[in-house]
Amino acid sequence: MTIDNNQLLRFTTAGSVDDGKSTLIGRLLYDSKSIFEDQIEAVENTSKKKGHEGVDLALFTDGLRDEREQGITIDVAYRYFTTPKRKFIIADTPGHIQYTRNMVTGASTANAAIILVDARHGVIEQTKRHAFIASLLQIPHIIVCINKMDLVEFNEDAYNKVIGQFEEFSSKLLVKDIRFIPISALLGDNVVNRSENMNWYQGAPLLATLETLHISSDTNKVDARFPVQTVLRPQSEGFIDYRGYAGRIASGVFRKGDEISVLPSGFTSKIKSIDTFDTELEEAFAPMSVSITLEDDIDISRGDMIVRSNNKPEALQDIEVMLCWLNNSPAKPRAKYAIRHTSNEQTAMIKEIIYKIDINTLERNAEDKEIAMNDICKVKIRTTKPIMIDSYRDNRATGSIILVDESTNETVAAGMVV
Amino acid sequence: MTKYYLNYLDELESEAIFVLREVFAQFQNPVILFSGGKDSIVVTHLARKAFYPSKIPFALMHVDTGHNFPETIKFRDDLIKELGARLIVGSVQESIDQGRVAEEKGKNATRNALQTTTLLDAIESNKIDCAIGGGRRDEEKARAKERFFSHRDDFGQWDPKNQRPELWNLFNGKYFEGEHFRAFPISNWTEMDVWNYIKRENISIPSLYFAHEREVIWRNGSWIPNSEYLILDEREEIVTKKIRFRTLGDITITGGIESDADNLEKIVEEVAAMRHTERGNRADDKRSETAMEDRKRQGYF
Repeated sequence: MTIDNNQLLRFTTAGSVDDGKSTLIGRLLYDSKSIFEDQIEAVENTSKKKGHEGVDLALFTDGLRDEREQGITIDVAYRYFTTPKRKFIIADTPGHIQYTRNMVTGASTANAAIILVDARHGVIEQTKRHAFIASLLQIPHIIVCINKMDLVEFNEDAYNKVIGQFEEFSSKLLVKDIRFIPISALLGDNVVNRSENMNWYQGAPLLATLETLHISSDTNKVDARFPVQTVLRPQSEGFIDYRGYAGRIASGVFRKGDEISVLPSGFTSKIKSIDTFDTELEEAFAPMSVSITLEDDIDISRGDMIVRSNNKPEALQDIEVMLCWLNNSPAKPRAKYAIRHTSNEQTAMIKEIIYKIDINTLERNAEDKEIAMNDICKVKIRTTKPIMIDSYRDNRATGSIILVDESTNETVAAGMVV
Repeated sequence: MTKYYLNYLDELESEAIFVLREVFAQFQNPVILFSGGKDSIVVTHLARKAFYPSKIPFALMHVDTGHNFPETIKFRDDLIKELGARLIVGSVQESIDQGRVAEEKGKNATRNALQTTTLLDAIESNKIDCAIGGGRRDEEKARAKERFFSHRDDFGQWDPKNQRPELWNLFNGKYFEGEHFRAFPISNWTEMDVWNYIKRENISIPSLYFAHEREVIWRNGSWIPNSEYLILDEREEIVTKKIRFRTLGDITITGGIESDADNLEKIVEEVAAMRHTERGNRADDKRSETAMEDRKRQGYF
């Protein structure tokens, strides 16, 4: 098997039990032969116990005890499969409104989102919510699967009707790439294998679509950003004076000899070497983990960011953020939270709630100033020291933050810099 | 022209190195949980890469059931010497001797469940705030929901329904006195990825992974190696087979498969053609449908 050119694609699936989401994932795994015999056996046994006919494909994806008992997915579960063309990671998330936080979590690292629509019901509030979250988290590719085509006699009009509805409301969203596929997860039509029941559909089935999405441009390769995770000072023979800044390139490309600035101090230098265990590199790009050495001895530590001198992020203390609240206890106005941005941690305060978004109607509400679990709102945040910010739309890695409540140590919010 | 994207193994490697560096930066006293199995060997290899040219900044901790493959122990000791790392051993035998745990009874008795107490005791007595494991999300359904940074309360327990959300690459390793974390740098790897990586990097692994002749008995659907700890019933018969192991654990419960794969190329080919999961040969996972989740809640690996 050749592995040299195979890329990794991360996608998220949002939907509820009724949409057939778990069935779709089960189908994808089953038909691409990614499920082992002992797993099939286990699911056959459970299906029998529950009195289902045949294999309940949804059981392949339900993980924890409570979920198996209640038949719902309550957390993000990750699944893996590989085809000769790509390796895939599925972030399987529940679709109900009370699980917005899980959808946001799954969406945060995804290249693509699969949104399921029941062909009988068309676009409903939940569909809009999923599409909104995908656009909010700037997932580069959206694939709308119009499912249960078998229940509408594989009718082309039903499919076109859903496309029309989707196009209508999605014009307001920031989505770059959107596709529509008519499927039947239950019967397997257009999931892995081309449907024989829908000859009117000329596009590719779902798996072939996932295998060929152009994803190498999904990471920002323009703005060179290197958040320092830790400093390597071996002080051992052969490396007495070695001082390497270890980190993972968040975006862009760095080359040996590049003029760089260290933020927030602003000191400048040149890249002397880009090192890995295996070799010294002439250039490195996101998302590579490397160690960078500089020509000059500068005081640099975790939380600092190395950038190219001719392209710097903004150093800001007041930032506007789209915030998704993830915690049971509501946001406390003017309370202090730890804010994490790349490898940098500061203290921050939510200064103002500008508006809240009704996640079902997508309307703004400037009156309601309470932030509770699963709420999405635009806020102003002030930090104790400047942080080096890009807008989330330009740079997912340097435009994202989390808030941590230090009285519980829980991660309470995720934010995208506007 | 240079291509500006990574192949998936490079991307997984980079992600794991990122996680290991985060562990080092966010915790005071992290260790690598080292079982001598391929996953913990890969994690150790990645740690070496992550901090080069510095030495691995983590001690290796082995929870020793006392029922070991001698090959594993030799491998462990050789690796420790090569890395110049510190070894911490948590001994299940000592936990039994001190009355912390009681040995299970009967033919299918194992020391698997007892390891949890030993592990948590060793974490506490060595003041470890993060134990890095080779757990992968593809291994088992309860593990599919594990975070990279996974919180454990002051009883060492995992609460799968109340996990901290983990977004982007922003890991929250904050804890209170007495609590600790587990970190899983190779969460996103599959068994196939691990083997492809071992092959690509030419990482040395215990000889047990390669096909070899061994005395075994047929029990619970796999070939269990004969050892001094094994209690046979009258219908069980010791035979010699050419086998290899897909996972390594306690010698009394680790089942082998019949195989001719005696080098890495053949193993990769064999794994690619496999129709059963690797943990399918582990008696510890077969006790109930949620065996892994139940053990993990208690504080298991």
